[in-house]
Amino acid sequence: MSQAIPVAEQSLSLMQRARIWWTFFQVAINERLVYRGDFMIGTLMRFLPTLTQIFLWWAIYDVVAQSGSDSIASYRYGDMVAYYLMVTIARAFSSMPGLTSGIANQVRNGEVKKFLIQPIDMQGCLLVQRIAHKLVYYLIATLPFALVFFLCRDFFIDGWPSTEVTIVFFASLILTFLLGFFMESAIGLISFWFLEVTSLTFIYMLMNFLLSGHMFPLELLPESPINVRGFVEFLPFKYLAYFPAAVFLGKVEGPEMYRGLAIEASWVLFFIIISRIMWIRGVKRYSGYGG
Amino acid sequence: MNPSYLKVFLTFARNSLVRDMSFRFNFILTCFASVSWALMNFLLFKIIYQHTDSIGVDTGWHENEFFIFLGTIWIINSLIQTFFMANAEGFSEMIRTGSLDFALLKPIDTQFLISFPRINWAQIPNGLLGLSLVIYSLRALMNDSEKVISIGPVEWILYVFYIGCGVVVMYSVMIILASTSIWLGRNQNLHTFWFYITNFYRYPMEIYQKSGIGMALWGTFTFVIPILVVSNVPARILAQPLERGWYDWQSLYAIFAAAASLVVSRWVFKFALSSYRSASS
Repeated sequence: MSQAIPVAEQSLSLMQRARIWWTFFQVAINERLVYRGDFMIGTLMRFLPTLTQIFLWWAIYDVVAQSGSDSIASYRYGDMVAYYLMVTIARAFSSMPGLTSGIANQVRNGEVKKFLIQPIDMQGCLLVQRIAHKLVYYLIATLPFALVFFLCRDFFIDGWPSTEVTIVFFASLILTFLLGFFMESAIGLISFWFLEVTSLTFIYMLMNFLLSGHMFPLELLPESPINVRGFVEFLPFKYLAYFPAAVFLGKVEGPEMYRGLAIEASWVLFFIIISRIMWIRGVKRYSGYGG
Repeated sequence: MNPSYLKVFLTFARNSLVRDMSFRFNFILTCFASVSWALMNFLLFKIIYQHTDSIGVDTGWHENEFFIFLGTIWIINSLIQTFFMANAEGFSEMIRTGSLDFALLKPIDTQFLISFPRINWAQIPNGLLGLSLVIYSLRALMNDSEKVISIGPVEWILYVFYIGCGVVVMYSVMIILASTSIWLGRNQNLHTFWFYITNFYRYPMEIYQKSGIGMALWGTFTFVIPILVVSNVPARILAQPLERGWYDWQSLYAIFAAAASLVVSRWVFKFALSSYRSASS
């Protein structure tokens, strides 16, 4: 059965493949537009934790100010709040709710068979769907996001960054989307070997939360006696939240910024290759019975 | 005919334990999950305290005091999640599917019946962890020669009592939220909504007490949804920031808040039930 895919896929022209993907794209868009009301409220609610963060850090910076300083690890109070806001944007690109469990479910209940007999690539199709979902999300979320950022505009002390930084920022957002997608789909594909991946997903979520800079800027991590920060900077997780935010706020600049972008791109490539290999190997292992 | 509520409760507890034990791996995993979320929170504040020595100027929430606060939050959270979280979700589900009909028919108080059937034993470790954190930080605080702190049996009794008040308030908020499913049809966001609300009670109230918006938040979460007092009052009894123990108007108010929210939640629950029209068939 596994032999069917390469043959079938080769026989399709690029045009035909594009048409298939376009159809998937449209279906996914319509699917998402159904719940737009829920969506907008949900997005606004997402900023509630930021509200408590604002007050928590305010109280902390008051204490810091007493000792005559105005910043913690190069973050002023405004920077800190702006950081949390920018992380929300980065996470809107990198988080992939339901991707891992979706793949695992399809493998477990045999739905994955449809990709083996139809001339459609599973990852390609999931990617197109995800892009559609995200686009709809940004379209609808723009309003609540704009409102929150407008209300919080004073926290961005240095204003809008230079064009160069803005371009790198957007590039890092696109890469963070791809990194999130391929990383999570690689974890989902582990289900070809272990049927139950809930625990793995959980560990991933935990690592992501802790190491991506979602909770605090990575600069706050201690560098001595053990260089925790250096270690965390070495991992791919920081590109899921910390990196785009740090670029926007000018915490990573110049050559350092381009180096970061290049490393992010390499991680994306790495996970694309890994997940392709896993898919090919997994399909070889897979056996489906009945209908 | 009066059923023995205690016996019914014990049966619920036993059944839940049997159920948890039949999926042992999942049980351990859930324990692990909730404990690691708590530990991450701990880590965040450990890192914050590397850069500051208290949260807020002159609030007295230094590291050890704050960890008593954090441990208290874990204990309250753990109690809520053990006894009520799954049940409140179950209640929403019962409304959606119409199986609430069967609960209404049984000769026992409906609120009791929907509040206790599932006891989530896997959330207990979190509370124990909280208790250890409280005891550990309290010891560190008592060994600190600069602090004058007196903890006797009275303080411990008050602490337990106010944790009880806290659980009552949180339970009431949850039941009110769950009851709204009767009007809204479904309330999938109960868990999310809960997360957002509890987000406000996880910090000492002093951080809100400045600026207009902060005072508005403080007022809302003290007088409208009284969740700030339930975390702050017990934590203050043990941590005693600013040598201010249980003697504060908020300690009295917390008792009132617990009683009032219980009455209101009971009323909302009954009112919601009266608009219940079953589902399907």
